[in-house]
Amino acid sequence: MQNVDKIDNGKNLFQHPEYRDVLANKKQFEGAWGAIDKEKVAEIAEWTTTWDYREKNLAREAITVNPAKACQPLGAVMVALGFENCMPYVHGSHGCVAYFRSYFTRHFKEPTPCVSDSMTEDAAVFGGLTNMKDGLKNCAAVYKPDMIMVSTTCMAEVIGDDLYAFITAAKEEDGGVDLPESFPIPYAHTPSFVGSHITGYDNMMHGTMQQLTEDQKGETKERINIIPGFETYIGSLRAVKTIVEKMGADYIMLGDHSDQWDMPAGEYNMFAGGTKLEDAKDCINSKATISLQKYATPKTMKMVEKRWKQKGSTTCNPIGLKGTDEFIMKLAELTGNEIPKELKVERQRLVDAMQDSYPYMHGKKFAIWGDPDFLIGVVSFLLEMGAEPTHVLCHNAPRGWEDEMRALLDTSPAKDTLNVWAGKDLWHMRSFLFTEPVDFMIGNSYGKELMRDTGTPLIYMGFPIFDRHHLHRYSLSGYEGALNMLTQITNKVLDQLDEETKGIATTDYFFDLIR
Amino acid sequence: MGPESLEAKQKAAIEEVLKAYPAKAAKNRAKHLGVGSPEDESQKTCGNVRSNKKTVPGVMSQRGCAYAGSKGVVWGPVKDMVHISHGPIGCGQYSRAGRRNYYIGTTGVDTFVTMNFSSDFQEKDIVFGGDKKLAVCFEEIDALFPLNNGITVQSECPIGLIGDDINATSKVYAKKTGNTIVPVNCEGFRGVSQSLGHHIANDTVRDYVFDGNVETLGDAIEPTEYDVAIIGDYNIGGDAWSSRILLEEMGLRVTAQWSGDATLKEMAQTPKVKLNLLHCYRSMNYISRHMEKEFGIPWVEYNFFGPSQTYKSLRKIAAFFDEKIQAKCEEVIAKYEPMINAVVDKYKPRLEGKQVMLFVGGLRPRHVIGAYEDLGMEVIGTGYEFAHDDDYKRTKDEIMRSTVIYDDVNEYELEAFVKKLEPDLVASGIKEKYVFQKMGLPYRQMHSWDYSGPYHGFDGFAIFAADMDLAINSPVWGYSKAPWETEGEA
Repeated sequence: MQNVDKIDNGKNLFQHPEYRDVLANKKQFEGAWGAIDKEKVAEIAEWTTTWDYREKNLAREAITVNPAKACQPLGAVMVALGFENCMPYVHGSHGCVAYFRSYFTRHFKEPTPCVSDSMTEDAAVFGGLTNMKDGLKNCAAVYKPDMIMVSTTCMAEVIGDDLYAFITAAKEEDGGVDLPESFPIPYAHTPSFVGSHITGYDNMMHGTMQQLTEDQKGETKERINIIPGFETYIGSLRAVKTIVEKMGADYIMLGDHSDQWDMPAGEYNMFAGGTKLEDAKDCINSKATISLQKYATPKTMKMVEKRWKQKGSTTCNPIGLKGTDEFIMKLAELTGNEIPKELKVERQRLVDAMQDSYPYMHGKKFAIWGDPDFLIGVVSFLLEMGAEPTHVLCHNAPRGWEDEMRALLDTSPAKDTLNVWAGKDLWHMRSFLFTEPVDFMIGNSYGKELMRDTGTPLIYMGFPIFDRHHLHRYSLSGYEGALNMLTQITNKVLDQLDEETKGIATTDYFFDLIR
Repeated sequence: MGPESLEAKQKAAIEEVLKAYPAKAAKNRAKHLGVGSPEDESQKTCGNVRSNKKTVPGVMSQRGCAYAGSKGVVWGPVKDMVHISHGPIGCGQYSRAGRRNYYIGTTGVDTFVTMNFSSDFQEKDIVFGGDKKLAVCFEEIDALFPLNNGITVQSECPIGLIGDDINATSKVYAKKTGNTIVPVNCEGFRGVSQSLGHHIANDTVRDYVFDGNVETLGDAIEPTEYDVAIIGDYNIGGDAWSSRILLEEMGLRVTAQWSGDATLKEMAQTPKVKLNLLHCYRSMNYISRHMEKEFGIPWVEYNFFGPSQTYKSLRKIAAFFDEKIQAKCEEVIAKYEPMINAVVDKYKPRLEGKQVMLFVGGLRPRHVIGAYEDLGMEVIGTGYEFAHDDDYKRTKDEIMRSTVIYDDVNEYELEAFVKKLEPDLVASGIKEKYVFQKMGLPYRQMHSWDYSGPYHGFDGFAIFAADMDLAINSPVWGYSKAPWETEGEA
């Protein structure tokens, strides 16, 4: 029973003896194996750690267990929230939108606006035109956005709804009351059964850029476009902007959700920050475009090259020391500006910090998973520190990624022990962690169960992160980001060292005060 | 503020909200908004609102889908079975471990609730169908997770649209192996919310658990006179455990818990109980009615939020049994009453008179009203994401004063109501949480207990009281304005 002076919640309440009895007593009715045959459970648990199990696990062809990817429309919603006063609109059932909003909200601890046109069975039979006509009109009337960005769910894709025709019909029917002819409604088809959330990001960014810039081609301006990609670190967006500004470049960030998912307290406005609509339209006239995530923007960058004909457009991955160096040199090349001393000092401070802490990362084995561009960046940094990325797992690896990662790992002296796992899930990772253990894992919240099962310490990095706070506020990009990663990883190594040496009169001879 | 002026304010708020919509949408939404009045006997549902209708397109509804109702609520928490999210990858990933259905077991070995099994549909599966892949999924699951006690197939949207026959595929495999394989046609586009998913899932329990050949794992349960089942308590943060302890203390034997910390065997053996205890009426009334009709088992709704309702419910339950149970019920109440009184004495002075606006799923919009009132708080607005008319009828018995009732409220409306009626606390879900926190309003998530809890039962009430106190009386709400800003300035 509770004691009013010290009310326990579930964490301690269920340890009270009366609860231990009730929970033990429940087992007689359960029929779960743990209740019937504990030895069998222990035996199977042990078997799941073996090479035999690993081989069976790798032979899987149909079932995915604990994936490390999500579906297209999620990425499309992220694109929309990076533009000023833009409402993401998902053509399909509202269940999906409830999921996208919850998923982002749980990660960022921020509101995530997004509407759907709530398609149900009748729409499945007759198509979603009526929903689109009413939905666009209601959305414009109620939320008064300056732009609505339409993506689709798998439902709309399976029945084959035609977005262009539907949007045109909705505008016609509205007659310009809430949706004037000029009201921008970029759209993209984002079927959930193709690719992953980064594919959806690319499709929506491509659709938006293509549609908004139509008939906007004019004189080329001394300006650079930056496309961040599926970037979940608000701090990274800001760090990149700071670098570009320090380089004295005129720029447009295409899809900047750093204010939208980092709203100040005091009052609530549904939309905050984002790329201005006039900038989005004019970006075709910038001299070049840099995408910070190659694998999240292939279609978009192809358009930049082929249609916009922007020479010098490229991809950079400004994570880690070398990645940031390359990004800055690219900016220098494009702008013709000198790299300011300030950035050089910042770089030297990072190098100094890397030299201070390298012994704790050098030779340590890491398992890491996440999106393809994130992995290229963070693995580069690990290698710069002399660490060994033993298992690099990318569930949503696009074509070409595996080769690029392999080539990167081959630059390590430990290359023969480093593995790339494209298209594998986190249940595969569990097997790898048992059969070829590592010292630390780097990954999102889904690593929590791997941490519990295998005992490998987890360094939280990536997306989604539900159970740790504020990490997304920091940067992973730029020299600042590298310093953040260095701090986070080194101190986790030190935490672990302390953990292993804290045994009183047993291991604490190594429990050093100064490290 | 007198009741008249509050009611006038509430009605004005509804009128104002409706102005933003185009005519067709306004006409629709008007039917779902009302002011509930306990005195007004002409009200058929609370506030005369209509419910369980299609959502207006293009607004930010908080509703989920049939898949969410089946996988997230009814089947997902059954711990010793593997639940396949059948279709593209997203649905399973977004719903993974989002609900705090606590359970005890070795995850990945004999229990599977917080894992995500997906058939990860690719374009070719849409074009050629995914039945063959599903059959392979079954085999792989049994090979890698041999201690699972069954598999369910939770259909996502494309399954019904492309016409896959998951029922036949499941039947073939069930016949071959003798295992319990449950196909659930809970595609997200079915119905208007998660509610239909509950119903569909209930029907599959009826068809595959009661009428199927579910093997008794371990010894069969020998019935006693005092066997009951907890139905529709999903063990959010351990709620069913803090409920179970009270039922057992009053001499009843809880032989099944549906469906938090639930096992297939418990569900299969439920038709042997003497009484079904139904906590979430919306999600599980169907199967409770079925058991009444088919097996003659009576069912009773109960509410374990807050002491007043818990006392009432315990006595209502005891009345189904003999004097021995009734006497023990009084003993249990007497045992906990001093603790409860101490909790109320401690927290009521800090919370008295505070006004609350609620918006949650299926039972809590009415069930928690009493718990707030036990702490001297008032609920001035409430509504459901996916209720039916019978829920709104039941809500009428719970409200004490005029209350804004909003069915399937969307974020625009809820924000407008909150701004107009200025409650001291908003209690709703994750999607709305930060909207109100940005405004500097204390907030609690009433789907997940904001990662605290349990809130059910007497022990749970103490946590509920402490949590509401920390929400309302935290110093952080006072920091929004910088000290150099003068009053009235933004």
